[in-house]
Amino acid sequence: MAERRNDNKNEPWRDPSAQAYVEIQNVTKRFGDFVAVNNVSLKIYQHEIFCLLGGSGCGKTTLLRMLAGFEAPTSGRILIDGKDMAETPPYERPTNMMFQSYALFPHMSVAKNVSFGLEQEKLPKAEIAQRVDEILDIVKMREYAQRKPHQLSGGQRQRVALARALAKRPKLLLLDEPLGALDKKLREQTQFELINIQERLGVTFVVVTHDQEEAMTLASRIGVMNRGEIVQVGTPSEIYEFPSTRFVADFIGSVNMFEGRLIEDLPDRVRISSPELGGVVYVDHGISAAPGANVWAAIRPEKITLSRAAPADASENCARGIVKEIAYMGDLSIYLVKIESGKMVRITMPNVERLAEHERILWDEQVYLSWHSSSPVVLTQ
Amino acid sequence: MARRPLPQPPVRLVGGRLGLWWQLFFRFGPPRWTLYMRHNWAGKRLVIAVPYVWLLLFFLIPFIIVFKISFSEVRLAMPPYAPLWEWVSERAVDVRLNFGNYLFLLTDDLYVSAYLYSLKVAAISTLFCLLIAYPMAYGIARSSPATRNLYLMLIILPFWTSFLLRVYAWIGLLQNNGVINKVLMAIGIIDEPITMMQTDFAVFIGIVYSYLPFMILPLYSNLEKHDFTLLEAAADLGASPIKSFLRITLPLSVPGIVAGSLLVFIPAVGEYVIPSLLGSTDQLMIGRVLSDEFFANRDWPVASAVAIAMLLLLMVPIMIFQRYQARELAGAK
Amino acid sequence: MRLKGRHWFSKTGLWLGLAFLYVPIISMIVFSFNNSRLVTVWDAANSPTLKWYGELFANDQIMGAAWLSIRIAAMTATGAVILGTLAGLVLVRFGPFRGRALLSGMTTAPLVMPEVITGLSLLLLFVALQQLIGWPQSRDVTTITIAHITFSMAYVTIVVQSRLAGFDNSLEEAALDLGAKPGKVFFRITLPLIVPAILSGWLLAFTLSWDDVVVSQFVAGPGSTTLPMVIFSKVRLGVSPDVNALATIMVLIVATGVVVSAIWMRRQERRRAREMQMAVAANK
Ligand SMILES: Nc1ncnc2c1ncn2[C@@H]1O[C@H](COP(=O)(O)OP(=O)(O)OP(=O)(O)O)[C@@H](O)[C@H]1O
Ligand SMILES: [Mg+2]
Repeated sequence: MAERRNDNKNEPWRDPSAQAYVEIQNVTKRFGDFVAVNNVSLKIYQHEIFCLLGGSGCGKTTLLRMLAGFEAPTSGRILIDGKDMAETPPYERPTNMMFQSYALFPHMSVAKNVSFGLEQEKLPKAEIAQRVDEILDIVKMREYAQRKPHQLSGGQRQRVALARALAKRPKLLLLDEPLGALDKKLREQTQFELINIQERLGVTFVVVTHDQEEAMTLASRIGVMNRGEIVQVGTPSEIYEFPSTRFVADFIGSVNMFEGRLIEDLPDRVRISSPELGGVVYVDHGISAAPGANVWAAIRPEKITLSRAAPADASENCARGIVKEIAYMGDLSIYLVKIESGKMVRITMPNVERLAEHERILWDEQVYLSWHSSSPVVLTQ
Repeated sequence: MARRPLPQPPVRLVGGRLGLWWQLFFRFGPPRWTLYMRHNWAGKRLVIAVPYVWLLLFFLIPFIIVFKISFSEVRLAMPPYAPLWEWVSERAVDVRLNFGNYLFLLTDDLYVSAYLYSLKVAAISTLFCLLIAYPMAYGIARSSPATRNLYLMLIILPFWTSFLLRVYAWIGLLQNNGVINKVLMAIGIIDEPITMMQTDFAVFIGIVYSYLPFMILPLYSNLEKHDFTLLEAAADLGASPIKSFLRITLPLSVPGIVAGSLLVFIPAVGEYVIPSLLGSTDQLMIGRVLSDEFFANRDWPVASAVAIAMLLLLMVPIMIFQRYQARELAGAK
Repeated sequence: MRLKGRHWFSKTGLWLGLAFLYVPIISMIVFSFNNSRLVTVWDAANSPTLKWYGELFANDQIMGAAWLSIRIAAMTATGAVILGTLAGLVLVRFGPFRGRALLSGMTTAPLVMPEVITGLSLLLLFVALQQLIGWPQSRDVTTITIAHITFSMAYVTIVVQSRLAGFDNSLEEAALDLGAKPGKVFFRITLPLIVPAILSGWLLAFTLSWDDVVVSQFVAGPGSTTLPMVIFSKVRLGVSPDVNALATIMVLIVATGVVVSAIWMRRQERRRAREMQMAVAANK
């Protein structure tokens, strides 16, 4: 897992003086009347794996293509390594791209595909051959060097595409759904390989994906996009634990959302009265919203405890309901509980021990839900 | 990179019909920012200019000249037409627009009947072509992929041999003492040879025969895309084969029918070789009239007027065809 | 079962149609070996004979015209391929530009334009040009070739266009991304990929030029009579058996070409299939 140490060297975005490698400033892209990318500003630092995550058609590919130089922004600026890219065509940018369709040249062998970029740099033949071998070694495709793309399997093609994009040792590698065409197992395996390669070569990656698990596994930071806008940027755990909007909370993982009204708003704690919950949510950290404002309390399913007995303090952060559905997933079980207000709440519990039949919570049982006051996130939009 | 606004139709620049054509075409070729366009590389303008200038010079401008000459008066000189304008003094230009050629076309029966006859022949031939081509295209589309290619090859092969010779082959078949009459008489179906040469029938045969591949191929490429399980579903729901054909296959193949019919109809209207070899001399088709005016009478202005009138007549079908063609190419994407 | 019934109907239609296409050609071939001058009387006693083939090859007018036609067709095909490929590339890959629609109109209209109109308009252009700038001085091979290029490049454009539209332009983008300039992208990526379309476009343009009589009649001068023009004037006067011989030779050449290319394609396909199997097997 790409869990990194928490210091400024590994997290340059926490350091205000750090120089961003890619700087996207207020970039907007219109196709006719349609706004594909809307006023996006981003800073991406060297050696990052930055994931652009979002639903289909939200403008991820368009943003990536603007970085590569295939589309020109309608307004705004893109700086790479401090240089404005507006007048730089793709063939002069320090970036390489791995295409979603791989875009391997069908009439060239694997080796020729990989050496294509190097040939454009007019390197000596011997050096090209050596670098091709080297990079094919890294992606474990050396014995296939003389094959044509149509003689390769999907996974092999993907490796060649990666090798081709890496061959020129770009400072910035753009990957558009690099693992989209692979099956789940191969995909997970390749994710770790990608991280290894990235760390070994020290390249900056910008990865587009619509798969949140993939983003969580790969990314140093994630930029969540929705309808052409960046809605939140943060490390995977920030995005998961502290989503900034309902969209992000819902998009990453699953979440229970209780609408309510602020009744107490202090710097270090908040109380929300929620008719949807049929009670009060107490949160032990402050938020920035006016008292009386309409807010939502978002609670992740794994942060809710399920019990037959009522908790000690049942006045707050507690609800009673009936178990309606149980899904056994192996490592954990998912419970759907209908609370007294009528709302369905989702709870996951790890299957730590093998419980005897009578100890398990079963269908139609009455249960109590409770959570720690640090668990809910209060969202204002 | 320079940002370009989407091009506006240059209606004000060229005006009138050109503007209309522009808009028509523009709608059908959807604006896509594509590869070579995004970068200002040196040769880009040149690459566009080469085919563009060629077509302007050898395709568009000739029409303008034909149009111009159609308003001239014939005269005995080389070239055999009077200029449209003459500088009578340094300041004044004498413009003589002569609508006489067009009036002549309208008033002389020869032309009107030639136009009508050409339209009739083209329409009937197109219909026969369609009737013959549809089952063929359908048969090919429903055969196995390997045999499909063989059939297609068999359809296209005659097209690669000379058109003229294929029309000529029919003379040997259709003559009074030709193969068909001989065979029919030998079997005893007829006693006297039937006159087939120099009849409308011979012209229909000639056109259908020469243009058949042009009808089959668009029909085939349409029918090939059909999901024939639809028909099975229809049969499963109790539709009779004829009904499911009329309700499903036929409506879905309309684009193929339109394209094929236009590919046959439009050139057939102006057909010259086939009626010259197989048709009668009593009723001329318009292509023949045009070339007679031009070569025999040396009346270039009237010949030009005939051409312009033919173009006007064909304008609508040509535009429909182009619309279809643009859509096909956009669909291939 | 009922579906099968209709399928049978269309199969019959297909075979009747093919018979319709081939009977005239076969009869021409048969009669080219007939001894009788009367094309339709089979002289059983002295046939088959190669007499007409001998006469054909001894006919200087036909042989000269054939050579001229081959030269014109080859030049036309080459010119049409260059212009048509550029036009196809511009239309599919250059995105919108001022005047694109006019170009696309000018490349599809010749597909259906009646030949008499094309011929007349080009002749009038040449006459006007001669008056204006003194070129072309006479109408000859050059004017015929220009005329033929003009109407056949439309076909090349269509073929190239549909081939280009058939593959994703991310291939070309990948090449740009790897540092190749647009010109290089064209020669290293685009061109190799559209070679099949260019070849078939070349053949198509060759045949169209080789076949054309109407446009040639307008734009040819006295000294430049193409083969179709010779045949046309010959057959207008009646049937002549050496034309049968000529037709047979042409059919033979075309059929050989088609069969050879079909076998070649078959072989390529087999090889591809074998390689695919190899790749799949290696993966296991
Ligand atoms: N060349 C174009 N012309 C017009 N609209 C475009 C063009 N390219 C993209 N769009 C539109 O812009 C929007 C964003 O497209 P984009 O390809 O960036 O989406 P995406 O986030 O990559 O989606 P996906 O996950 O499906 O790949 C889409 O609605 C698309 O229709
Ligand atoms: Mg995308």
